[in-house]
Amino acid sequence: MSDHSENLPAFCHPASPKLLYAVFFALIFLTLLTVAVSALGPPMGMPRAFAFPIAMIFATMKAFLVCAFFMHMWWDKGFNILAFLSSLLFVSLFIGMTLMDTSHYQDTIEAFDVQQLTGVEIAE
Amino acid sequence: MVDAVTRQKLFGTPEIHFLNCTKGWKSWAFTLDHKRIGIMYLIGVTIALFLAGIFALVLRSHLFKFDSKMLSDDMYNQMFTLHGAVMVFSFIIPSIPAALGNLVLPMMLGAKDVAFPRLNLASFYLWIIGTGCLLLAILSGRGLDTGWTFYTPYSIDTNTGVIYATFGAFVLGFSSIFTGLNFLVTVNTMRLKGQGWFKLPLFLWSLYATAIIQVLATPVLGITLLMLIAEKTMHIGIFDAKYGGDPVLFQHFFWFYSHPAVYIMILPAMGVISELISVYSQKRIFGYSFIAFSSVAIALLGFLVWGHHMFTSGQSQVVTLIFSAITFTVAIPSAVKVFNWLATLYKGSILLNTPMCYALSFIFLFGIGGLTGLFLGALSTDIHLHDTYFVVAHFHFVMVGGTLTALLGGLFHWWPKFFGRMYNDLLGRVGCFLVFSGFNLTFFPQFVMGSRGMPRRYASYDPEFLPFHQLSTIGAFVLGIGILISFIVLVYAAFKGPRCGSNPFRAASLEWQSSSPPDFHNFVHSPVLNDPYDFDSQVYDDELDTYISREFADPTKVPPRTEPVHH
Amino acid sequence: MAVADTHEIHDDHHHDHGEFIAHHFDGPEQQFDSGKLGIWLFLVTEILFFGGLFVAYTLYRSNHPEIFEQAHVFLNKYLGGLNTIVLLFSSLTMALGVRAAQLGKNKNCAVYVLITMVCAAVFLGVKAVEYSHKWDMGILVRSAFNLTYTHPAPVTSVGKWLHVSDYLVYISVIPTLLLVGFLVASLMGKLMEKNVFSKFMLGLSIMVGGYFLGVGVGLIFMDVAEGGANESHASIQTADQPLMLHAMTQETREDASHDENHDKTAESHPAADHVDGQAHHEEHAHAGGEAFSAHHPDPEKLSRNVGIFFSIYYCMTGLHAIHIIGGIVVLSWILWRSLLGQWRSDYFGPVDYVGLYWHLVDLIWIYLFPLLYLID
Ligand code: HEM
Ligand SMILES: [Cu+2]
Repeated sequence: MSDHSENLPAFCHPASPKLLYAVFFALIFLTLLTVAVSALGPPMGMPRAFAFPIAMIFATMKAFLVCAFFMHMWWDKGFNILAFLSSLLFVSLFIGMTLMDTSHYQDTIEAFDVQQLTGVEIAE
Repeated sequence: MVDAVTRQKLFGTPEIHFLNCTKGWKSWAFTLDHKRIGIMYLIGVTIALFLAGIFALVLRSHLFKFDSKMLSDDMYNQMFTLHGAVMVFSFIIPSIPAALGNLVLPMMLGAKDVAFPRLNLASFYLWIIGTGCLLLAILSGRGLDTGWTFYTPYSIDTNTGVIYATFGAFVLGFSSIFTGLNFLVTVNTMRLKGQGWFKLPLFLWSLYATAIIQVLATPVLGITLLMLIAEKTMHIGIFDAKYGGDPVLFQHFFWFYSHPAVYIMILPAMGVISELISVYSQKRIFGYSFIAFSSVAIALLGFLVWGHHMFTSGQSQVVTLIFSAITFTVAIPSAVKVFNWLATLYKGSILLNTPMCYALSFIFLFGIGGLTGLFLGALSTDIHLHDTYFVVAHFHFVMVGGTLTALLGGLFHWWPKFFGRMYNDLLGRVGCFLVFSGFNLTFFPQFVMGSRGMPRRYASYDPEFLPFHQLSTIGAFVLGIGILISFIVLVYAAFKGPRCGSNPFRAASLEWQSSSPPDFHNFVHSPVLNDPYDFDSQVYDDELDTYISREFADPTKVPPRTEPVHH
Repeated sequence: MAVADTHEIHDDHHHDHGEFIAHHFDGPEQQFDSGKLGIWLFLVTEILFFGGLFVAYTLYRSNHPEIFEQAHVFLNKYLGGLNTIVLLFSSLTMALGVRAAQLGKNKNCAVYVLITMVCAAVFLGVKAVEYSHKWDMGILVRSAFNLTYTHPAPVTSVGKWLHVSDYLVYISVIPTLLLVGFLVASLMGKLMEKNVFSKFMLGLSIMVGGYFLGVGVGLIFMDVAEGGANESHASIQTADQPLMLHAMTQETREDASHDENHDKTAESHPAADHVDGQAHHEEHAHAGGEAFSAHHPDPEKLSRNVGIFFSIYYCMTGLHAIHIIGGIVVLSWILWRSLLGQWRSDYFGPVDYVGLYWHLVDLIWIYLFPLLYLID
């Protein structure tokens, strides 16, 4: 994948331009596809609600391409990749636990809203 | 194999060393040397400690009477807020990593410096700016009265200096991130040739685990505080219920950082204790890999328990249960460490000098602090104990009894290395005794008060609690005097203490192979790699009156390898 | 940047081996590895930093889906799409720039880095069009969100002359000053025969030119897009009906069942702060409000919901834009050093690190685009 010639030091891996261009066009293609799905609706009679998951899948494919080739992760040290991916793990942990909690107490918030509507003053 | 002259050159007291190789304030202010940055950090955090310590003494004096009029209620709120915020963000978080860690970490790797010296200096300047902003809250004339936690909705509604203070904490966060990032990279890429992960002193494992938390958790604090500032200035409606936001969400954001942050405070302290216990028992640390991995386990598990601060905040039941259960598991790696230290002491040849006295105090006080954490992690008891003095006592046992004690112990341990002079051990021990007894006198009564229902953050209280509060106030002054004595002993030693050799305590980690004080480049020769807990690798040299590595010793005088020798 | 090179930057093009190796490293490889791990860890902190906002987004989206349904009317997916493509292209040129540096081709590197910077500026130009258009419609963060805002005619002379929003004119003041400053500096450099400096300043001027290109293209896109898309504009404004209400009514007519699911949600809002909110609310509180929401969601509720969405929108895109600006600053530093010819195959670290940062900024946008622009 990388044209690694003899006189370059071990840590230097120039990526081939062909590969970079190919990745770029793939990215553009996926972007256009995403916009098309959003504008025209999901293909093959899938329900409208699928548009969002489809968009996210395309985004993740794009993210993979950028990471792997533009960011040279494909050739990078395992430890660097691990560090990077671990950040995603911790963000999802954060989202997951918080979402689990907040979704459980939404009715309390709704109740607060109703209380507001019925005119009970809430001190500032 | 070296001759006596070279030996003298390598391990005798040097004429020129990192403290005096260049002179003038600029040679300090713009230095890239990790040792000088460490010392500047040490001075900085000491100032923060004294400042916040004075706030604490004012608070305790106020509480000497149950209907005290010494401070107005408003002043009382501001006082405890600034005490907490300065102690947490400006003192305890940078204390061990940025001051002691900076001094010791590269040397333990046999390296010349940390990987990014300029980032290191930047971290220090960010510390100054951040602390300055925190204090601006007072100078702005409006103070700060939210508590160090900045909870919404109050922090949005109050018109005290929340924006200055949050901005200060934001900047201090980046200071901490820079230190952590630097340490991670340094340990990864700059180890001595052949120095594998399991030849690292345990202090480095704990600094590494700390750095993981600093890098992963602190950015969340950053964005939380930015969102709070945005909420306060523009009312974006994310945390503010008046605009349809969710104030409990702020607590999730805050504790996602701040629970892991309590491990930023305690893990480095545990690392220091692992070194001290082993060196002053002259015995290989028991269960090296268990201690090493328990640091990493604590760092990672620490991310899974933040909700235990929200048991009574309206958090949902399911999540509360999960967080409580995981909280109990965090106690396991902490206990692993304690048992390993105890096992190391067993049949060791224990030297009860000042650092060791602090180390033993640590084990005792951290034990109580950690165990009471379990009371708080249990749901039914926490409903009763939450927001009482019991919580106050709990976290002071871990943060003061744990981290501050370890910091003092660590300073006494490495002081001769970095200043080349020995302190007065008797006075050091007197200081330690006062710190230990003053501390217990201050905080033990708070457990009792708390369990009897004395709420935290109150300026006046029921006369029923009077004796406990009075004991606590007396204790606080004893503790203050103890810290002051230790401070004087150390400062005096740095200038006037008797010269000491390169390795007076027969420690085996690499930093002791430099001269005391070390050369600007840390080592004049490259250090000989050895196991950091193989004390037999160091032998006494009578000409130099200190311990040196066998490789450098006079071959005619080297004793054969034995079990650890007694002092 | 993170790498510590204690050496001064020299103007001559001769380098001894190891000139850029800091004293505390053993050699180029250790230095490179350290820098690389350092920058990856920095990216980790960036992800967690943005992570907080992604958490806020996810929570509000899953707990209040209605917020998002009502907000999509005000978004322009074509401008968002345009910016996505601009950033992707800049990522390509950045990657090519890194390759050039790795091969020691400093001139090529400079060109690629400059193109990357121009793209960054184009992105900001488009953003400026987008933001100023929203502000014209009263679409601001939650507390300032103003449903009943009427579009003001431009008052600045430039605004009148070009028929663009006053806000756009205000935003463009700084780029204009920068453009003039850079051009003057470039000219001065030429006169004083400081060639590298002059070239560098010319590069920066071209970069700022990119901003104006972005504004132009953005305006065109906006005009084209509004014909078919749901974005409303002054030209279709009826009488003195506020823009947003207009947009909402259009929407409601198109989709009558739209607000069915909002009726069950209690409607509210305390402490409304926009102009006539309070009076409006009291009048329509119950009977009036319900009658009103038969054709149209309750304006109180609407400005709360859409307001929160736009709070999140501004936080995320704003923080991202700040990162773009930061990117331009560090890319300028790379451009300067490329013009000095400092990259070689054993010393190209800074280009690589800045490149990684730039790709991350792109990466975040890759997610922001579907999350903020493609919701309906
Ligand atoms: C051994 C494991 C530990 C457990 C199980 C534990 C558990 C807890 C729990 C459940 C609370 C919440 C109490 C409440 O608000 O009702 C708490 C509070 C606290 N803990 Fe710990 N803890 C542990 C160790 C530590 C350590 C090592 C530190 C710091 C070095 C620490 C610092 C704090 C602080 C600062 C608070 C109070 C925060 C506030 O509300 O202001 N804890 N702990
Ligand atoms: Cu906690």
